[in-house]
Amino acid sequence: MLYREAGQFKTNYVADRAIFPLREDRIGLGLIVLVAYSLAFLGNDFLLQAVLIPFLVFSLAAIGLNILTGYTGLLSLGTGAFMGVGAYACYKLMTAFPEVNVIVWIFVSGFFSAGIGALFGLPSLRIKGFYLAVATLAAQFFLQWCFIRIPWLVNYNVSGALEAPLRTLFGIPIVGATATPQTRYLVVLTIVIVLTWLASNLVHGRIGRMWIAIRDMDLAAELMGIRPLQTKLLAFAVSSYYCGVAGALLVFLWYGGAEYDVFNINQSFFILFMVIIGGLGSLIGSFFGAALIFIMPIVLGIVLPAIFEPLGIPIAAETIEHLRFMIVGALIIFFLIVEPHGLARLWQIGKQKLLVWPFPY
Amino acid sequence: MDILYKIFIEPFVFMGEAPDLLIQTLWEGLVSGILYALIALGFVLIFKASGVFNFAQGIMVVFSALILVGLYEQGVPALLALLLTGGAMLILALTVERVVLRPLVNQPDIILFMATFGLTYFLIGFGELIFGGSPKEMITSELYLPQGTTEVEMLGGFVRFQHLDIAATVIASIMIGLLAVFFSKTRIGRALRAVADSHKAALSVGISLNQIWVIVWFAAGIVALVAGIMWGARAGVSFSLQIIALKALPVLILGGFTSIPGAIIGGLIIGIGEKLGEFYWGPLVGGGIETWLAYVIALLFLLYRPQGLFGEKIIERI
Amino acid sequence: MSFRKLSLGLAVATLVGGATLPAFAQDSVYVPLFTYRTGPFAGSGIPIADGMHDYLQMLNERDGGIGGVKLVLEECETGYDTKKGVECYEAVKGKNPVIVNPWSTGITLPLIPRASVDKIPILSMAYGLSASARGDIFPWVFNPPATYWDGLSMIVKYIGEKEGGLEKLKGKKIGFLHLDAAFGKEPVPLLQELAKQYGFEVALYPVAAQDMQNQSSQWLSVRRDRPDYMIMWGWGAMNGAAVKEAVRSGYPMDKFYSVWWPGEDDARAGGAGAKGFKMLNWHAVGTDYPALKDIQKHVVDKGLSKAPKDKVGELLYNRGVYNSLLIAEGIAQAQTVTGKKVVTGEDVRRGMENIKLDPARLKELGLEGFTDPMALTCTDHNSHSPAFMQEWDGSKWVKISEPIKPMTEQVRAQLDAAAKDYADKNPGWPKRSERCDNQS
Repeated sequence: MLYREAGQFKTNYVADRAIFPLREDRIGLGLIVLVAYSLAFLGNDFLLQAVLIPFLVFSLAAIGLNILTGYTGLLSLGTGAFMGVGAYACYKLMTAFPEVNVIVWIFVSGFFSAGIGALFGLPSLRIKGFYLAVATLAAQFFLQWCFIRIPWLVNYNVSGALEAPLRTLFGIPIVGATATPQTRYLVVLTIVIVLTWLASNLVHGRIGRMWIAIRDMDLAAELMGIRPLQTKLLAFAVSSYYCGVAGALLVFLWYGGAEYDVFNINQSFFILFMVIIGGLGSLIGSFFGAALIFIMPIVLGIVLPAIFEPLGIPIAAETIEHLRFMIVGALIIFFLIVEPHGLARLWQIGKQKLLVWPFPY
Repeated sequence: MDILYKIFIEPFVFMGEAPDLLIQTLWEGLVSGILYALIALGFVLIFKASGVFNFAQGIMVVFSALILVGLYEQGVPALLALLLTGGAMLILALTVERVVLRPLVNQPDIILFMATFGLTYFLIGFGELIFGGSPKEMITSELYLPQGTTEVEMLGGFVRFQHLDIAATVIASIMIGLLAVFFSKTRIGRALRAVADSHKAALSVGISLNQIWVIVWFAAGIVALVAGIMWGARAGVSFSLQIIALKALPVLILGGFTSIPGAIIGGLIIGIGEKLGEFYWGPLVGGGIETWLAYVIALLFLLYRPQGLFGEKIIERI
Repeated sequence: MSFRKLSLGLAVATLVGGATLPAFAQDSVYVPLFTYRTGPFAGSGIPIADGMHDYLQMLNERDGGIGGVKLVLEECETGYDTKKGVECYEAVKGKNPVIVNPWSTGITLPLIPRASVDKIPILSMAYGLSASARGDIFPWVFNPPATYWDGLSMIVKYIGEKEGGLEKLKGKKIGFLHLDAAFGKEPVPLLQELAKQYGFEVALYPVAAQDMQNQSSQWLSVRRDRPDYMIMWGWGAMNGAAVKEAVRSGYPMDKFYSVWWPGEDDARAGGAGAKGFKMLNWHAVGTDYPALKDIQKHVVDKGLSKAPKDKVGELLYNRGVYNSLLIAEGIAQAQTVTGKKVVTGEDVRRGMENIKLDPARLKELGLEGFTDPMALTCTDHNSHSPAFMQEWDGSKWVKISEPIKPMTEQVRAQLDAAAKDYADKNPGWPKRSERCDNQS
């Protein structure tokens, strides 16, 4: 409807391998990024602090899990714990070396998470499917236990919690209480864009194709010369890296202080929902999933009273919560029935339809 | 050396010194093992017949117990309430089959797994909407479940047996026995096994998959009800009970997803293993290792047998 | 779902989101109540939520608010979940709340640094960060009437008195059954400190949050170690399950003590065997106070409360009432101090520092004898009030002791160390610049 793809010819391999081969896609993406940045100045505090920042953080974690579950086909229920490793590592690093900029430590903390992730990924060579999922639960519960039990991780804080000390970038506070939602949002947005761009390069390249080959059939992939152990461990490491960075962002740029409980098993499930609802093996799906699973309950919390109260039915806070649970549950089932391949597929279908509109085919 | 002594010698010395405590620990492990097995059994039933990894089993335990107690609080006699709860589980099974399973037939495992998450969320919201969030007391005496304790003197000490635990063990064993007979001797049981072997082959000989699914979900609902009564009597009926269902997962991978005896033996190994581990070795690291010990035990077993102790051998072909 | 419906929904959402923001009339005070009537901790959360709401609602119905200004009450459901709690905070922040009460340590922690930036005081009543009792370092956070360290020292003191003096504790063993989280572990250093001082032994029994209802191993260990006394630091379903397990394993209940969080339902869970179970408390149970009678008359009987009639006056309900009493006093004092009717968060912060609940004031409020007198100052945001011991007699709580004073010296040492630690680890923590009306 809006544009035609026809007429754009590639004359060399590099252009053909581009992530966004279409000019219109590049323009569209540029627009999205522009809107995202301008939201920092247009949105109010609630929108930034309670909606957009967590949405971006969860999208990043969902991308991480998607690399593992969607691209490599390894189901993991330890996402929450891997996020926790990133957050605790970041805390240790930024308090031990306060002179180094916190942005550096956020990126570095992911490597600790990657290491731990690869360690717990070792059984994946032998164990598959749901068996592996339950094995990753061992990581979840063991790491969570470590977070509580090793006071060294929180610098022997009496409260046993992670606290966000003041850290600045170019003299502007970005971590700590005095950092405004605008600056936090801009930092998170930039980090998420950079890492998403990296991820899309990874999954479209040789490594991504290796992962996909392993997912589709690991035996066949092995016969083709892909080493399953290395590939799977790499997937675990990269996935945990993303989760770790997301965890560090979660604590230091969103909450600004947290207990170990933030990284519990529910967090792992929460991210898994996003990945599956968004679409396995799709980066844009991770964003869709995070939007649906995280933002929808917030919207429901605003919409439900607005629907019921004009009708003269007062609706209590807890009833909203109950209805939220029911509606989210029902919608998960509904979306799975409508499109088991997730919102990303719906998006694709929508694009196809629009492309040929107004003709049906 | 000291640490090695503490790990390898001291616990065993202590076991020998206080054999009554060892027996008590084993008994507690046995009871919790049976109760874990009861939850795991619900998973196995559904996985065997439909290949669905039913995450909602945990909330079904809570939900059934809540219906039972809720009905009783409305003045329904206890035994009638029990029957009605059974009916409610049947309705749930029918609804799940119609609304969730049938439209999702032939989808990948992970999608069905996800759908049961949706079901879990729905049931949490629905249950809280109807019954409220406050914990309730299980109607133990009204269901003629015994209460009280027997203290048996033995081995220079004493061992306490809760009557409720004994009853739980007996009821769970009967339940398992009945299921075993049901699976091996009845027509429906044979149909179930056929479905477990191959959906297509079962369909071709005229077995209705939809009917079978309703039956297994109903059976899983009944198992959940029994588990709900037992856990409820031990710890009170509240939504936090569903977390215990996570304990059934290591039992499952240890025993294999498709094996009923596996669930029982897995449950016992996990139950006894974690109690012994926590009691004798837990203090070395400050206790509380129970939360992950079960998973680690299961993981170690898995490294030797990736399909679980009793699971079907996974044969891969290209 | 068609895309049209979806976009319609979104449009409605934006409209509504835009419409609720300029919200409230100028002659009212907005008091958000963070509650959790859902989730694993709902059992404790529901009566507290009812008590908090009903007391403030009663003020609205009986007196038309505080000082003639109506209170706008709004509950926000947190489910005891940090994520939702922070979302609640962001949602209410734009509506000029005069105070927030997070009702969860996990939610309190992220809010503490924000309080001074957003100018919204935090009331974390006897939970949260204990160090925030220091008003000179945390001017925006209030945690009266006692910290967990106070509570622990009171229990140890009480046990010591029963033994015939603290020095008699020498050689005894005290078991500490706690939730394996920051909340449950906070008293441990003080307990160990006291153990060293008085020569008793400590055995720790952590209970993980996911094993709250599955405590048989902990109680097996209790049987092995045979502690002379047990102290419990639990929350939600953990308390009830612990009482049950204690009865099951035959632990002598009269030697089983708890901090102030179990309710009637938790003790009832143990059946007849729970008789003798003791806990610390700082306010009365029951409805024999004019203010509570007014709640029944103006709120409950009019059907404005969600609480079942027989639950009014139960322990955790009255805990909620106490919480609201502090909020109301904070607002009332703010009105006195500033002379304004419609107060803001900054005013209420000053008001909180002027809270003085002496017997005369309590009588005026219709709560004579409901709780011990307490007062807050600029430096002391906690008051470290004494609490008393109460015992479960099988059907209700019975007060069995006079108020016990905390061991001020030891608690003070912990407190100062913790506050210093917090300020040291957060370089750039602002020095107190807020005005002080009540120098102590």
